[in-house]
Amino acid sequence: MWDYNDKVMDHFLHPRNVGEVKDADGVGQVGNMSCGDALKLSFKLDKDGKICEAKFQTFGCASAIASSSALTELIQGMTLAEAEEVTNKNIVDVLGDLPEAKLHCSVMGMEALQAAIANYRGEESDTEHEDEHAGRIVCKCFSVTDTKIRNTAIDNNLHTVEEITDYCKAGGACGSCLEEIQDILDGLWKEKKTESTSSKQTEFLSLPLIQRVLKVQEIIDSEVKPMLEQDGGGIDLIDMKDNVVFVKLTGHCASCPSAGVTLKSGVEAVLKDCLFPEIVVENV
Amino acid sequence: MTDKKLIYLDNNATTAVAPEVFEAMRPYFCEQYGNPGSIHAFGGSIMSKIEHAREQVAALIGADRKDRHGKFTEVIFTSCGTESDNTAINSALRACPKKKKVIMSAVEHPAVFTLGKDLEKRGYPVSYVPVDSSGCLDMERYEEMVDTETAIVSIMWANNETGNIYPVEKCAEIAHRYGALFHTDAVQAIGKLPCNMADSQIDMLSLSGHKLHAPKGVGALYVRRGIRFRPNQIGGHQERGRRAGTENVASIIALGKAAELALHSIKEENTRIKMLRDRLETGLCANIPKAKILGDIENRLPNTTLVGFEAIEGESILMMMDRLGICASSGSACTTGSLEPSHVLRAMGVPYTIAHGAIRFSLSIYNTQEEIDFVIQEMPAIIAWLRNMSPFWKK
Repeated sequence: MWDYNDKVMDHFLHPRNVGEVKDADGVGQVGNMSCGDALKLSFKLDKDGKICEAKFQTFGCASAIASSSALTELIQGMTLAEAEEVTNKNIVDVLGDLPEAKLHCSVMGMEALQAAIANYRGEESDTEHEDEHAGRIVCKCFSVTDTKIRNTAIDNNLHTVEEITDYCKAGGACGSCLEEIQDILDGLWKEKKTESTSSKQTEFLSLPLIQRVLKVQEIIDSEVKPMLEQDGGGIDLIDMKDNVVFVKLTGHCASCPSAGVTLKSGVEAVLKDCLFPEIVVENV
Repeated sequence: MTDKKLIYLDNNATTAVAPEVFEAMRPYFCEQYGNPGSIHAFGGSIMSKIEHAREQVAALIGADRKDRHGKFTEVIFTSCGTESDNTAINSALRACPKKKKVIMSAVEHPAVFTLGKDLEKRGYPVSYVPVDSSGCLDMERYEEMVDTETAIVSIMWANNETGNIYPVEKCAEIAHRYGALFHTDAVQAIGKLPCNMADSQIDMLSLSGHKLHAPKGVGALYVRRGIRFRPNQIGGHQERGRRAGTENVASIIALGKAAELALHSIKEENTRIKMLRDRLETGLCANIPKAKILGDIENRLPNTTLVGFEAIEGESILMMMDRLGICASSGSACTTGSLEPSHVLRAMGVPYTIAHGAIRFSLSIYNTQEEIDFVIQEMPAIIAWLRNMSPFWKK
């Protein structure tokens, strides 16, 4: 038994805008019978280019019907530019909440909207042709490609296989691709991490010297000094060159046999954490 | 929930505990709570009640062989059907470690099917006998599969989703030809079909209490006398060392009582209940276009029908039925948390157009014609309402 909230039940039992818009400006259909859910969305624009009528037909479970109904309400009065920005999260927000394993229903809503907009513009739909079919099929049961898994993970900040299954069904049937999905996720987020850290470095190094110094000084004052003072030590910032920070340990730290450890696993670790991992600290 | 009447047509999932059964088990909680293994009379005297329950279960399945002390030792009490199934198959593999091969049908209940998948991972060769579009076993393929390397064959007596009855005697005979043991998961069959183990080739048989009006948490495994057996659960000497763990006294006594009642209700299952089931099927198919009965129509449990409604999805159908207090099940993906239709419907090759909208109605002796007529009256509107929303429904 799914724990659907009142809003979801309301949209399921009293679905808004069922049917097909006559002389529709855009029509999009996603999903298919074998997947167990499918949604056909059609809309009409008024003279100002806003969606004045949107209707749906859905084959699927209660949450698929509720998500479709919510979608048609959500996009009423939107321009196509606005509608293009609609994500599955917006659909979930209209419904309040969906059980995790049913989030793919809201994704289907977003994809149908994108397909309908693409149809209006006479383009091939993104979801149909780039995400869905580009790449290599990983989940054979639901024909989900690695590209689609990657995009779903990035769009929704997903880190676990279970989340991927909830959002795009991949791995939800025979389960033989679960390990491969995990590999894709591991690879993806590792990539992202290096990407984002190297961009942090570039960003930091592009600052004027005075700003870089102020930033490092601030971290030393607030994070490092209190730590060293506990043992009667201290630290002064001496100079900076590229990603190397030169400091002078003072007080007890200056003569302490563990100064090297303090420098690397104390001072350097804090700076790496606050700035970027490539930073190096040297004692002068 | 309080003002609407409950119409429970999901008896292959679980059944109501019969009032007589509840009364029989009631004293064993707060009053006669002793341990049957104790030496004092307060506890020890309960052992005779357990032996009586064993006799009642033995009578239901026609296992009338006694040992030299006059005890029906062929019945072992367990915690559920799943435990019985696991015990039987694991026992066979451990009792003759030289044989590794396991054969089962492609439509077994997860209690057997998932164990098969697990055995494969542990290096055992497991073969699955395919079925045709009605869910009937491919007996030719089965015969080809069995060989002298086969440790055990496990074929269900009746399928939980379609109600199909399988030729277990014939299957057992073929297994024996090659020296393999034969087990049947009879969880759905017992209480609905006559069973006479004294006159059978079946070596082991699993049954479950809560499918025949006993409570959840108790089952039994029949093991033919003379079969090599290795326990699944190790510990004390309970059940003659074949299933360790303090006896679930109240539930075992309940299962005994339920078995006694079932022995008498089999006839009703096959007459009045079968008639109600047929009335339901006929009524649904006459009033709803594109509704199809799935399974082996001529050879099914008397209480079960699986109806496929084209172009709509099972969970939404069940949700709408639930609002009217009608309880049933679906082989569809969304209801189970899995995302594909059941492995049974897929093994049968049921087209997706129907598989996703397959609803299982399973009756019991507590159902009435009034209830069935209410369902026949209400279903057409539900199906039409959902089809009106479906992009696949062609008016």
